[in-house]
This record gives sequence, structure tokens and C-alpha cells, in this order.
Amino acid sequence: MAEFVMPALGADMEAGTLIAWLKNPGDKVARGEVIAEIDTDKGVIEVECFTTGIVEQLLIKPGDKVPVGTVLAIIREEGEAAKPSLEVPIEERVIREMSRKVDAPPVERLKISPLARKTADSLGIDPRTILGTGPGGRITQEDVERTAATKPSGDGKKGERIRQAIAVAMEKSKREIPHYYLGTTIDMTNCMKWLAAENLNRSAEGRLLYGVMLIKAVALALRQFPELNGFWQDGKAVQSPEINIGLAISLRGGGLVSPAIHDADQKSLDELMEAFRDLVQRARSGRLRSSELSDPTITITSLGEQGVETVFGIIYPPQVALVGFGKVVERPWAVNGLLGVHQVMNASLSADHRVSDGHRGGLFLALIDRLLQEPAYL
Amino acid sequence: MDKHEIRQLVIRKLTGIAPEVDPVQIVPDVDLRAQIDLDSMDFLNFIIALSKDLKVDIPESQYSRMATLDACVDHLSGLVSKK
Repeated sequence: MAEFVMPALGADMEAGTLIAWLKNPGDKVARGEVIAEIDTDKGVIEVECFTTGIVEQLLIKPGDKVPVGTVLAIIREEGEAAKPSLEVPIEERVIREMSRKVDAPPVERLKISPLARKTADSLGIDPRTILGTGPGGRITQEDVERTAATKPSGDGKKGERIRQAIAVAMEKSKREIPHYYLGTTIDMTNCMKWLAAENLNRSAEGRLLYGVMLIKAVALALRQFPELNGFWQDGKAVQSPEINIGLAISLRGGGLVSPAIHDADQKSLDELMEAFRDLVQRARSGRLRSSELSDPTITITSLGEQGVETVFGIIYPPQVALVGFGKVVERPWAVNGLLGVHQVMNASLSADHRVSDGHRGGLFLALIDRLLQEPAYL
Repeated sequence: MDKHEIRQLVIRKLTGIAPEVDPVQIVPDVDLRAQIDLDSMDFLNFIIALSKDLKVDIPESQYSRMATLDACVDHLSGLVSKK
């Protein structure tokens, strides 16, 4: 039997709320198929199954909020016989999971009535932020309502949750990761000319954005610098066999998410463009999938459209590198002693010094530069 | 399709991409990308939607003629009238 657990969709996620099961007990489920919708700080996420089999049991119900790692369902893998049901109450499974998190600080049991906790969850309020006025400091329903009245309503609550999630991840990154930063200026003239000529022959729907060329160049360069493509886990570097590029996508109304384009090095520019458009659309409508949030092996952030010329990025843990791109601008630029006006762009690398050093980081940026000089081969 | 109808269509497409935007707040002669915070993916989707609805081709070289709401309406009216 396989356990389907609440996934960790990033270093900042501690818990999620089941919105709906998309499968019933007895239904067949294939690896990669979406079987549940879960509400997280990053919005509603479609969670995929990581095994093929038959849904044996659904262990939590819509509305239940459980910590990362909690078993949500049991999947009977192909060829296995059915087993008696696991009659373990949800409360006990949650407590077991909490006690398994040995790295986490001790969890102090909060004095709060079940009704008050349910109301706080539905309003998106962390009960730990509520001042309890009941006997012994117990948090009452009135305390929750009073706290809710002092907080912004509507999208503000969602925005606060996203901001809080980003705060947790970035604080962890700056506290734990010894960053080093490198920057270089890349001549983008060839790239932009090639792109303009290519788009001239395409309908609007088939056009490419220069961003996909940056994604492809980074992905191809990572093949030769695998130490920058992976994670820092349990005190050591772990390289990823796949190159899944996380893209920092800003959300309308504030905040950002960084879902992945899987196997970006193996995709054509057209395939990358299609994946990029799909990710942006689903990120902004809150329909991302769990694997897209949990799988990035490196992140790219591009702030050129906001007029930024240079990015000094913060690594998204447990990843070990982040590539930043600035605005493409016209500058005087000398090539072989001849001065001309070229389109140039600053590229930066933020990397984890526990895993790589500046020499390799510099070579990595230089390779990205070289790849972008021959856009037709991307 | 007359200019008024094209203006309404442009506003519908913009608010479809940026639902938080109040159509009456769009200043007609101010850059749309800056005003509505459109990135290049948003702008491409805007172009695709207009191309489909108006059945016109809008080459990339013409994007600069569609920087503001007024400019957008004028340029699209010209393209539609040439059909």
C-alpha cells in the first residue's frame, strides 16, 4: 500500500486544507493524475498522485487542515490485495505527524475551542496571533471575531497569507544560506534580432517572448554545471537528474509564486513558450499543480519589465542557486575595437557557497552568455 | 465595428487580463503597460485576444502604436477599416 501524504510545496509550507477529493474509494488512479485540491498559502493547488493503483481509503474530509506529511489517503498499488481499513482518527494522525517533525520547535498546545479554531481557519487567521480572553487564556469564538474585525477583508487576507509564506522562506534563506553574488552584462543584440525575424513569420498566438530564450539558455548551461541544479538537504548537496526551472511569477494583487517548467533543457523554444504561458495563466488563476511547486531545481527571476537593470536575488530554499535577469537596454558597446549601440542585459547569479564557488559560478554565467549569442541553436 | 465598439472591446480584454482594474480609472493617454501593470505575457495575450476578435493581424512591429488606450483604439480602427 502506498501512502498519499500532504505534500510540502516549498520550504515555507507547513499545512494545507483539503478542498475536494477528485477520486472516490475504489477508483483507479494513475501516476501524475490529479486526485485532490488543496488550499495553501499559494492558492488552490491541484495535487497529483505519485503512484498507480486503486484508491483504498480517503482518510481526511474536505475542510480538514493538516500538517505537511500527514497521510491523506491510502492507494492500493497494482497487483496488491485489498487490506482492512485503517481506523485511525484524523486527530491521532495529525498528532503523530506533528510528533514526527523532530526538527520543528516544540508545539505548544493552544487553548482554543473547536468552534473558535474552525472559525479562525475559515477566516484565514492564525490562532497563535489571537489574544485569548477566556478562562486560563483560552481563545473563544468572540476573540476570533474581534480579531477578524481588525484585519483587512477579502483579498487582503489572501495577500497577507502569501506575504507570510514568502517571509518564512526568505527569512530561512537569508538565515541559513551563505549567498555569493556574481554579475555579468550580456550582449542581447543577436538574440533580439533573431527573435524579431522569427516572430515576423508567426501569428500572434505562435510568437515567442525573449524570456523563453533565457530559460533555455539557463537550462542548457545547467547540464554542464550540475552542482547549481539541486538542493541542500540534510547537511549535504544533492544534485537533481532533472532540470526543472522555477519561474518567479508575480501575482496580480501582490506576492509571487515560483512554479517549475519540468525538463526545460529538453524542450524546444515553442514548447517552453507554451509551458510558460500555461504556467502564468494558472499561477494567476490559482490552479497550479503540486509537482510544479515542489519540483523546481533552480529559480529564474526576471525584473527587466519593471525597469530593473540588475537583480540581486535570494535563493529559494532548499535550492542552491537563482539566476536574475534585468532589463534589455541600448548601450554603447565595443566589439573588436569598434564602438556601436547594442542591446545589453545584466545577468546575475545568487548561489549557495556551501555547494559551489565563484569560479564555477562565473563559468556558468559565461556559458549562458555564449549560448545567447547563437539563438538559432537554442 | 466602429470606434466606440472597438474601445469597449479593448477595455473588456484589458479587464479580462487585469480583473482588479476599474475601467473608468483607465487614463486614455497614459501608457497601458505602466498604468495596468501589464508584463509582456499579458500584452501578448491582449494582442492575441484582439487579433482573434477583430480578425486582424497585429505584427510585433506595431505594438509601439498601441501603447495607450486612445492609440490602441485608433490603430485598431485603422486595421479594421482596411479589411
